[in-house]
Amino acid sequence: MAAVLVLVEHAEGTVKKVTLELLTAARRLGDPVAVVVGTPGSAAPLVDKLGEYGATTVVTAESDDVATHLVTPAVAVLASLVASEAPAAVLLASSGEGKEIAARLSIRTRSGILTDAVGLEADGTATQSIFGGAVTVRSRVRTGTPIVTLRPNSVTPEAAPTQATTRSVDVTLDDAGRAATVLERVVEKKGSRPALADASIVVSGGRGLGSGDNFTLVEGLADSLGGAVGASRAATDAGWYPHQNQVGQTGVTVSPQLYVAVGISGAIQHRAGMQTSKTIIAVNKDPEAPIFELADFGVVGDLFQVVPQLTEEVGKRRS
Amino acid sequence: MNIVVLVKQVPDTWAERKLSESDSTLDRESVDAVMNEIDEYAVEEALRLKEAHGGEVTVLTMGPEKATETIRKALSMGADKALHVSDPALHGSCAVQTAETLAAALRTVPHDLVVLGSESTDARLSVMAAMLSEALGLPQLSGARKVEVDGSTVTIERQTDTGFDRVQGSTPAVVSVVEKINEPRYPSFKGIMAAKKKPVTTMTVADLGLDPGTVGLANATSEVVEQTPRPPRQAGQIVKDEGDGGAKIAEFLAAQKLL
Ligand SMILES: Cc1cc2nc3c(=O)[nH]c(=O)nc-3n(C[C@H](O)[C@H](O)[C@H](O)COP(=O)(O)OP(=O)(O)OC[C@H]3O[C@@H](n4cnc5c(N)ncnc54)[C@H](O)[C@@H]3O)c2cc1C
Repeated sequence: MAAVLVLVEHAEGTVKKVTLELLTAARRLGDPVAVVVGTPGSAAPLVDKLGEYGATTVVTAESDDVATHLVTPAVAVLASLVASEAPAAVLLASSGEGKEIAARLSIRTRSGILTDAVGLEADGTATQSIFGGAVTVRSRVRTGTPIVTLRPNSVTPEAAPTQATTRSVDVTLDDAGRAATVLERVVEKKGSRPALADASIVVSGGRGLGSGDNFTLVEGLADSLGGAVGASRAATDAGWYPHQNQVGQTGVTVSPQLYVAVGISGAIQHRAGMQTSKTIIAVNKDPEAPIFELADFGVVGDLFQVVPQLTEEVGKRRS
Repeated sequence: MNIVVLVKQVPDTWAERKLSESDSTLDRESVDAVMNEIDEYAVEEALRLKEAHGGEVTVLTMGPEKATETIRKALSMGADKALHVSDPALHGSCAVQTAETLAAALRTVPHDLVVLGSESTDARLSVMAAMLSEALGLPQLSGARKVEVDGSTVTIERQTDTGFDRVQGSTPAVVSVVEKINEPRYPSFKGIMAAKKKPVTTMTVADLGLDPGTVGLANATSEVVEQTPRPPRQAGQIVKDEGDGGAKIAEFLAAQKLL
């Protein structure tokens, strides 16, 4: 069976959930080979988990260059593996960096690229949702090695334990790969909440909140559900919540199991970023708000009444 | 400093967008076209850099004849001249082909900085800055919410999930911007009048020395095999809050095993 390369996303010694989803999808296409690119020592703690989800081989590429150069170390490693393994496909997470790695790899190997896939078939055909969810397309790569980035939460991760063999490769960067250098990484806010892009639950607030302070209502509900916090552009433009948390066409695209829209009207640009969520809940005082067209369950009412009650109720049921 | 700013004409997101029935490429005929929103921020940043450091701003676009409207908008904001890559043979190009074509066009103009928006509202790939950096072998300074130029050193703040990375490279460099970076200006009446006289050079596939056997839909590296309009979403359950709205949602979530 041909190898399928999966680029592992990891942080602080743990494999990100999206990687387990990628491994699950990769098993339909071939023999999953997990590729870990990281600073020295970062790969070892990940191997067991990768084997548990079906990686038959774990290729580790460790170098201090990974801390100082974005994107290019992973491109160099994947490009050399594409040459040596002739894989059936390369799968990456549809994160900002995942897409950039995929993009450079597609130029370097002159291969077709499909981004933001929400489904992947055994022959490599990918399903994508475009124009804010208005159209679904099935696409395939015609040239080179199919490079596919998969949106988080598109596949349910399933364990398939194997004994993974580990092998290490070098990270070889040319001058162009060193052309941009990371001077420092600044953490502005380090919350205990999950990252928005791959959270399985997202609670978002909009103009209906009326102020930045009132976002504590959204945060409270998100915390009770164990979810991430999002915001509409009206809320980020007003400075009520950081721009990083904006959901939509010009913000983050999310596709969680559960999306709760609080005081958000549901403009097409917002919908573009959350349309493919599995279950959508809306709270809005306007019965005509377009968000209700998407909602699986909606409450027409004042968010200042409904949300605190919901948070309390969730707390009761969870304890 | 020579700055080239990339712009793209896209269908207005407020309109209903479609793929054409015949070849599954973007249906550009049936909807209003506008400049990709984030590109306005790219043009603004290019103009601000020119104002601070001197030099010239060249607009570069690839697209059909109609894209001249978008070029004019960038010129009326204050860009100096434009390069329009336009050729029916480019119709239906994929991202890889587009990057290769834009890279070929960039090789024909002096550039210390290539500035572009981080994403287009139609294709939404967010890959062009990375692809161009790779194709041209230039530093990739992407996702910038702030750009500083000091001589030949370019430093950006690259937005991340938790804050930002400070990333640095030397000119020539590729910089893509996010909309947080600035507030784009509106073209002034004077700017609109002046734009009419600014030079726009049109280039074809042959002018760029590209192999016609590598461009366009027939040679695209990926293809759409099927398109389906969204099935109407099953109507959800909408209730009016009677003082128990929050509890009702919790009940629904529990029934869906989401709690
Ligand atoms: C090119 C472009 C890109 C864009 N990109 C994005 C994007 O990425 N993300 C995005 O979100 N938007 C984006 N927008 C903006 C988008 O068009 C909308 O303006 C925005 O989403 C509106 O945000 P909102 O729903 O919070 O505000 P509004 O549309 O003002 O809606 C507020 C809602 O809150 C409800 N409400 C008010 N008070 C209460 C209360 N007490 N209880 C319950 N409900 C209440 C109101 O009924 C209303 O429906 C973009 C626009 C353009 C042109």
